Amino acid sequence: MEKYRIDPSQGMEFGLYTLGDHIPDPHTGERISAEQRIHEIIELAQLAEQAGIDFFSVGESHQEYFTTQAHSVVLAAIAQATEKIKIASSSTIISTSDPVRVFEDFATIDLISKGRAELIAGRASRIGLFDLLGYNVRDYEELFEEKFELLLKIAKEEVVNWSGQFRAPLKNAEVIPRPKNGTIPIWRAVGGPPASAIKAGYAGVPMFIATLGGPATSFKYSIDAYREAAKQNGFDPSELPISTAGFFYAAETTQQAQKEIYPHVNQGLQLINGRGYPKQQFAQGADTRDVMNVGSTQQIIEKILYQHEQFGHQRYIAQMDFGGVPFDKLKKNIELIGTEILPAIKKYTAKN
Amino acid sequence: MKIVGLSGSKVGSKTRTAMDYTVKIIKDKYPDIEVTLIDLAEYDVQFSDGRNYLEYEGDTGYVTKTIMEADAIIIGTPVFQASIPATLKNIFDLLPEKAFLDKIVGMFVTAGSPKHYLMVDQQLKPILSYMKAQLVQTYVFIEEKDFHRKEIVNDDVLFRIDRLVEDTVVLTKTFTEIRKAKEADYGF
Repeated sequence: MEKYRIDPSQGMEFGLYTLGDHIPDPHTGERISAEQRIHEIIELAQLAEQAGIDFFSVGESHQEYFTTQAHSVVLAAIAQATEKIKIASSSTIISTSDPVRVFEDFATIDLISKGRAELIAGRASRIGLFDLLGYNVRDYEELFEEKFELLLKIAKEEVVNWSGQFRAPLKNAEVIPRPKNGTIPIWRAVGGPPASAIKAGYAGVPMFIATLGGPATSFKYSIDAYREAAKQNGFDPSELPISTAGFFYAAETTQQAQKEIYPHVNQGLQLINGRGYPKQQFAQGADTRDVMNVGSTQQIIEKILYQHEQFGHQRYIAQMDFGGVPFDKLKKNIELIGTEILPAIKKYTAKN
Repeated sequence: MKIVGLSGSKVGSKTRTAMDYTVKIIKDKYPDIEVTLIDLAEYDVQFSDGRNYLEYEGDTGYVTKTIMEADAIIIGTPVFQASIPATLKNIFDLLPEKAFLDKIVGMFVTAGSPKHYLMVDQQLKPILSYMKAQLVQTYVFIEEKDFHRKEIVNDDVLFRIDRLVEDTVVLTKTFTEIRKAKEADYGF
C-alpha cells in the first residue's frame, strides 16, 4: 500500500471528485460561466483541503455540458492553490491521448504539488471524443489496453523501449520530467460489472470502481473478482488499494438531502446521458444497503461504514457537485464532511 | 401526451397501411395528443455502434430522440423469417437498456398467414419487457387477407385497432397518474 501512498492504519481515505460538468441549476434554469465553474472547482479543492479531506480529483469529458476537457491544466492550478491534499484525474481518458504526453503532464503536476499527484486512467463512458480526437471507436478496447500498458511502463522505467499498434515506437526514450519520488500512483477506472474489474486485477493495478447506485452487495462481486484475478496472476491483493466513487449529498435529514439533490442528478443525467435517475430507484438509494451516499450525516456515516465492511476498500471519493449544484450548498457539504462525517469514518476505520 | 407510431419495416405496405389507420384514429379521437408517425422506410437509420443515443446525428438521431421523448409507442411490425425485421431490432439496439421505463408500448403485427401468430409473445414482448416497457398485453394480428389495395377491409381488424388505441391511451393516462402520485409520496 505504501507504494500507492496509502497508510491503512490512518483509516479509510475520503476524497471528492468532479467530472467538471457544466450544467444549468435546475431550480433557476441558469448556468454559470465556464470561467466561474473552473474557479469554483479550484476553490472547492482548497476548501476540501481545509476541511481535512484527503483527496480531490477532476475528470475529462469532451462533450456538451462539461468544462474540464483540459483536466490536467485545472489540476495544475489546484496543485498550485493547495498544499497537502492528494490530487488526481478522475478519469484521464488514456485511449484517446498519447501516454508520453499524459505522463509528462502528471509528472509535472506531481512536481508542482511536491509529490501529491495520482493518475486514474479510464476508457470513457461516452464515446463522442473518439470522433473529435480522430480515433476509431471500433478500437475502443485495444486503444485503452495498449496505451494503458505503455503508461504503466513509462511510470516504471526511466528508459523505455516499446512498440505497438497506435503510436510510433519508443527507442531508448527517456520520458521526463520524472515525478518527485520517481513515480506516481496509477489506477485503473472501472465501471460496475466484474469484467473490467477482472482486467485491473490481472494487471495488478489499483482499482477505482464507480458505485453510483444499487445494492452494495452487487459491487462486492466486482471487488471480490478483482482480488481473485490479482491473486491468480501472482499479485498480493492486500497490497492493492481499491477506491469507490459515487454520488454524495448531505443535509439535515435524509429527505431534505434527497429533495435538494434529486433535481440536479436527474436533470444532469438527462442532459448528458439522455436518461434521468428514476425516482423510485433514487428513493431506494436512501437505504443503508444502497451505495448512494445521499442522506443525513448520520445515515451517510452508516452507509459508508457498511460499504467499508463489505468492500474493505482504502478510499471513497464523493461526487456532490453534479448537475449545477450551487456553490454555497457545496460549501455546506464540505463543512458537514469535515465536522461530522470525516471524524466518524476515520475513528471507525483506523487500524490502531 | 406524446405518442409515436413506429412502422418497423422497409419492405411492403401492410404495416404502413395499418399504421396510417392507427394514427388517424388517435388524431380523430384524441386531438390533444401529439402523435408522430415514424415509418422506418422513410429514414436512413444506421446500425447501432454502441454510442449513447444522443450522439447519433441525422435520421438516426431524429428517430432515437423522438422515441425517447414519447410517453407511449405503438409499434407496427411485419413477420420476417419467423421474427421481427432487422430494421426494428436495430431501433432497440440503438436505445439504452432501460429505454422504455415509464413508457407504454402497444403493438400490432402484419403477416402473410397465421403461421407465426405467437411471434410477438415469444420474441417482441421479451425485448420490450427487458427494456422496461409497460405493455398493452393485447395486440392486433392482421393477415394478408384483411388488406385490399392498401386498405384494411376487415371491420373486425378496424375495431381491434380502435381498441388498441384506446387501451394504449387509457393505460398511459392511468399509469402516468398513479406513478406521479407515488413519486409525490417520496417527498423529494
